[in-house]
Amino acid sequence: MNILVCIKRVPETGARINLTDDGRAIDTRYLGFTVSPHEECAVEEAVRLIEKQGGQATALTLGPDEAEEQLRAAMSIGVDNAILLATDGREWDPVATAQALVDAIRDREAEQGPFDLILFGNESADAGGYQVGVRVAHALGRPCITGVKQLSIEDGRVEARREAGGGWEVYETSLPAVITVKEGINLPRYPSLPGRLRAKKKPITRLEPTWFDGGLEMIRMKTPVEEESQVTILGHGPEAADKAVALFKELGVLS
Amino acid sequence: MILTFIEHDRGKLNESSLEALTLARRLADDMASRLEVALIGAEARALAEPLAAYGAVRAHLVEHAWLDDYAPDAWAASLAQLMAATSPDVVVAAGSERGNEVMARLAARLDLPLASNCTEVATGQPFRVTRVRWGGSLLEEAHLKGSPALLTVAEHALAAESISKPPEIDVRPFVPTLTEEDMRVRVVRRVEPEREGVSLTDARVVVAGGRGVGSAEGFAALEELAGLLGGAVAASRVATNNGWRPHADQVGQTGARVAPDLYIACGISGAIQHWVGCKAAKHILAINTDPEAPMVTKADYAIIGDLHEVLPAIIQKLKS
Ligand SMILES: Cc1cc2nc3c(=O)[nH]c(=O)nc-3n(C[C@H](O)[C@H](O)[C@H](O)COP(=O)(O)OP(=O)(O)OC[C@H]3O[C@@H](n4cnc5c(N)ncnc54)[C@H](O)[C@@H]3O)c2cc1C
Repeated sequence: MNILVCIKRVPETGARINLTDDGRAIDTRYLGFTVSPHEECAVEEAVRLIEKQGGQATALTLGPDEAEEQLRAAMSIGVDNAILLATDGREWDPVATAQALVDAIRDREAEQGPFDLILFGNESADAGGYQVGVRVAHALGRPCITGVKQLSIEDGRVEARREAGGGWEVYETSLPAVITVKEGINLPRYPSLPGRLRAKKKPITRLEPTWFDGGLEMIRMKTPVEEESQVTILGHGPEAADKAVALFKELGVLS
Repeated sequence: MILTFIEHDRGKLNESSLEALTLARRLADDMASRLEVALIGAEARALAEPLAAYGAVRAHLVEHAWLDDYAPDAWAASLAQLMAATSPDVVVAAGSERGNEVMARLAARLDLPLASNCTEVATGQPFRVTRVRWGGSLLEEAHLKGSPALLTVAEHALAAESISKPPEIDVRPFVPTLTEEDMRVRVVRRVEPEREGVSLTDARVVVAGGRGVGSAEGFAALEELAGLLGGAVAASRVATNNGWRPHADQVGQTGARVAPDLYIACGISGAIQHWVGCKAAKHILAINTDPEAPMVTKADYAIIGDLHEVLPAIIQKLKS
């Protein structure tokens, strides 16, 4: 199987998000970077599929040159190839992002044959537009199942399950297809040291797509106003148990 | 005209659609525009008329033999055809899983931008929207330039509000033309939930554990406390990533959103990605060794101490 997995580099924000002075970016001076948990699972799923069924996996990202780090992380657990669509750090909206991905996918497919499966995270961690995977699938004319938390593929048949009200909705389609996954579909592995060393030496294809205005323009970001709460310290250590039980009574949660 | 897509599952209304309809009605007031709704599938028929209470003057009932169950491309194709016939200026849907999905497919078909999960919308050229980022930890002001404007409304961003003088609502059928291709993706069957205990999203009390719990076995005390309080157990991503709990228990940006009466956070630091999943709780009690942990400073109540000592003491008190 020939699999493509699309990922996005995002800052690893901690207890609060600090913005730059103009509010147009997150202040990342003291932050590390990662991809969304959904995308970590998409990468893991791609690697499991090729381990079981043979073939190869390619990771694709649109982002700054530093996003090479996320591509190498994907390669360190078993992804074979990587493509970086380098930006100048500007915000790309969902329409422009999807178009750049589609162009790159078409070029790669023209050279090396079609991808049987294209995986995405259900939504990015930062912008959360819920649409890039769907747009790419539409442009390529392929079926797209979103929010998938169980996936099985046999002889080109796809069965995908999505969680709904504690149960599952079952979808079926055939390859080639686009699937957007959610965290929980698998438990991603940690990279091994040899895996990391191998990933360091692998080449990355670098392309520079041209930015355009897709129609949704971010002006500025802000932190939502949250009610300030005054924490009441009930006590320290096991001696606080009495206070805890009194609190349960007061809140009416004792059955 | 402003068209709101009203979402349902086999005839059961998704309440978030009423929030979306409320935002759409305010926008219609601002624009001196008519408010219409679209419902898909024959099973939605009974849902149409009551929408007058939210200001809708016309309901389009999209009916077709293939629209009995969820098929996102067919739903998007139906909406696209309805739009071609009715020329709305704005199309609004709930920022739910299905709402976002159907609108994304609609936007892709029409090659239009889509602003998902908006909390506020101001009319103009272009539309100015405020939308949610980072699962709710951050807001973004943006310009939405497409016409018609497509947007979804973040769930629980505003309360659904009926109006004092509901208009007459005129319900009319709309029959779309669907192709095999529109039916490639659809629910072919369901696996019903296995009911055991209180579900995480319905529980009045949630006892959540994070890295501080230390192991899968460590969750026994949380299970016991949850049992005594008739609640459910939840976990942080560190706990699910370590395999201590199944992912279904995870609360946060990439897990469940909960709103219990009491959320007891044991050994959880309170990273924003966790916080967005539990902040809707009425009361939060943090049990943590670190008095500076964000979970402690943001909580309503806290016990500073080792959860492995504090939980057994609480359990013992509750039992006696
Ligand atoms: C895009 C993205 C999405 C994410 N989505 C989620 C999500 O959905 N849900 C989620 O939870 N996280 C999510 N995360 C991860 C999140 O950022 C944090 O890493 C995670 O929530 C931390 O889990 P924790 O609080 O259990 O662990 P830590 O941050 O390590 O905190 C452990 C806490 O336990 C306390 N402690 C330790 N020992 C004890 C003890 N014996 N008794 C009492 N207290 C003790 C410590 O003082 C500390 O406060 C996401 C991250 C990203 C980047």
